[in-house]
Amino acid sequence: MTVVARDGDAGAAAGASRPAAVTRLFASMAGLDALSKIWWTCLSISLFAGLWELCWALGWADPKLLPPPHIFLGNIVEQGKYFNTATRWQVGQSMNDGPTAFESVMITMGATTGRVFAGLVIASVLAISIGVLVRYYQFFDKLVLPTITLLSPVSPIAWLPVAIFMFGIGNAPAIFMVVVALFFHMVLATINQIDGVNPNLINVARTMGASKRQIYWRVVVPAILPGMLAVLRLNLFGAWMVVLIAESTGVGYGMGQVIMLARNTFNPSLVFFTIAVIGVLGFGFDWLLRLAQRRILYWLPDTKEKLRVL
Amino acid sequence: MSSDGAPRFSSKDAVVCRGVGKIWAAGTKRAHEALRDIDLDIQPGEFVVFLGPSGCGKSTLLYLISGLEDVTEGQIWSFSDKVETPSPDRSLIFQETSLFPWLTVWQNVSFGLAIRGASQAERRAVAAEALQRVGLSAAIDKRPDELSGGMRQRVAVARALAMRPKVLLMDEPFAALDVQTRARMQDFLLDVWRDSGASVLFVTHHIDEAVALADRVVVFTARPGRIKTIFPITLPRPRNLFSREVEAMRIQLTELLRDEVDRAFAEQEALAATA
Repeated sequence: MTVVARDGDAGAAAGASRPAAVTRLFASMAGLDALSKIWWTCLSISLFAGLWELCWALGWADPKLLPPPHIFLGNIVEQGKYFNTATRWQVGQSMNDGPTAFESVMITMGATTGRVFAGLVIASVLAISIGVLVRYYQFFDKLVLPTITLLSPVSPIAWLPVAIFMFGIGNAPAIFMVVVALFFHMVLATINQIDGVNPNLINVARTMGASKRQIYWRVVVPAILPGMLAVLRLNLFGAWMVVLIAESTGVGYGMGQVIMLARNTFNPSLVFFTIAVIGVLGFGFDWLLRLAQRRILYWLPDTKEKLRVL
Repeated sequence: MSSDGAPRFSSKDAVVCRGVGKIWAAGTKRAHEALRDIDLDIQPGEFVVFLGPSGCGKSTLLYLISGLEDVTEGQIWSFSDKVETPSPDRSLIFQETSLFPWLTVWQNVSFGLAIRGASQAERRAVAAEALQRVGLSAAIDKRPDELSGGMRQRVAVARALAMRPKVLLMDEPFAALDVQTRARMQDFLLDVWRDSGASVLFVTHHIDEAVALADRVVVFTARPGRIKTIFPITLPRPRNLFSREVEAMRIQLTELLRDEVDRAFAEQEALAATA
């Protein structure tokens, strides 16, 4: 990640060298751009919510089965009771003791987010290491790649019993599920990224007398990092999907547990509330990754801009 | 060649090719012969241009001399060392941008020193000096994406010079530049070349570029590439590209190339017909 830090410094230096007025102009344009993005995001969501509310108002959507946003978001305090059930519903503890409803929601969100994050980090580090090793050592390629390819189409659902056999209940099986769901694809994606490195860059390093190890450390790894970030972003949503499956079975608390609880107690309001929370969390994560991606991918051409003017 | 493998030619020669041939994907269905029977001697400090139709193997020869690719036939020597692997003595400059986009200009230029484990102060000093030689001192802390195409190629030249190479290999380095920039870059390259004392091997398919730069022009045949003729140019530099002598040379080189381009075309058409 030293690359990221260095980019940051370079970006700051480049910014400082521009005339202040130009910098300010860019800043205000960036501000406008961000505002317009927020506006469109709000519009998109309100349109969806509005249609739903309309269906409810017309009597097409039964509020007991498909409660519209104003119902399932209306009584957060009531909903919050179902969160963080592990600490709240202990034997001999009153329903009104322990964390408040808001705190419970936060604890649950934090727990699930932590599992997603831990799983993503472990899966990325493992997958990039294994992917690089596969290209670095030919015998490793022959030895490992067939198994990885064999296992990558296996659905995470199939790993669920394995997770419980191996780790029982708690954080470990949930994190394991996220890792196992992402790892195999990310290894293949890493290899794909390595094969796409501009051969001239490798040739330059070779003519300067770089060893194989130096070529991998100083050329291949930095060259694939931006692409790996895109891979990470695509896998982020996968991680959010898998973590719910994992939590719904073996873990004391988490968003998946809340969903299961809602299902078992026939509480559609709680289901939609949880879905809304997951959506916001996933959106936030993706936004952070996109931000990081823009910082690292500074040298790539802006194809999106080209397509927009068509 | 004597029995102990020592070269029988002068060891002062910058590059010596003896019976060099290259077959790509040898032994497979897709095998095709790129080069055949190349014999060539290049003096230290000489400026040699490889001229030929597209796909004639002139770039291939450059890669073989650099050591990035292995010869299928024959041998290549450089200053009495047999060429088997790439060496910092023979720097290669590519047609496309080959700067590391994640490094600043000075970090790019001093990449070779970083590999040898030089200190940051030393690397920056060497980069500053090399950048001064290519007239880009002001760009030292910039990133490659902030530079124009011509500036990037100058940084690539600076990066090659920072290794103090004895042979500078250039694979159509100015092909992606506009005509005006290209003319400026040719003048710039001649300055750098005189300054560095290195031999330059320069691949192009532009006759004008060959006439402007070369001590000797090596004209290649169509595939498989062989040396058709070696054309010396003794005119002093800077050369007036509109003078009568240069015009005469241009016509001669055009004549030499025309047959080969025709052959290359005929072969491509035949290939397309069989496919």
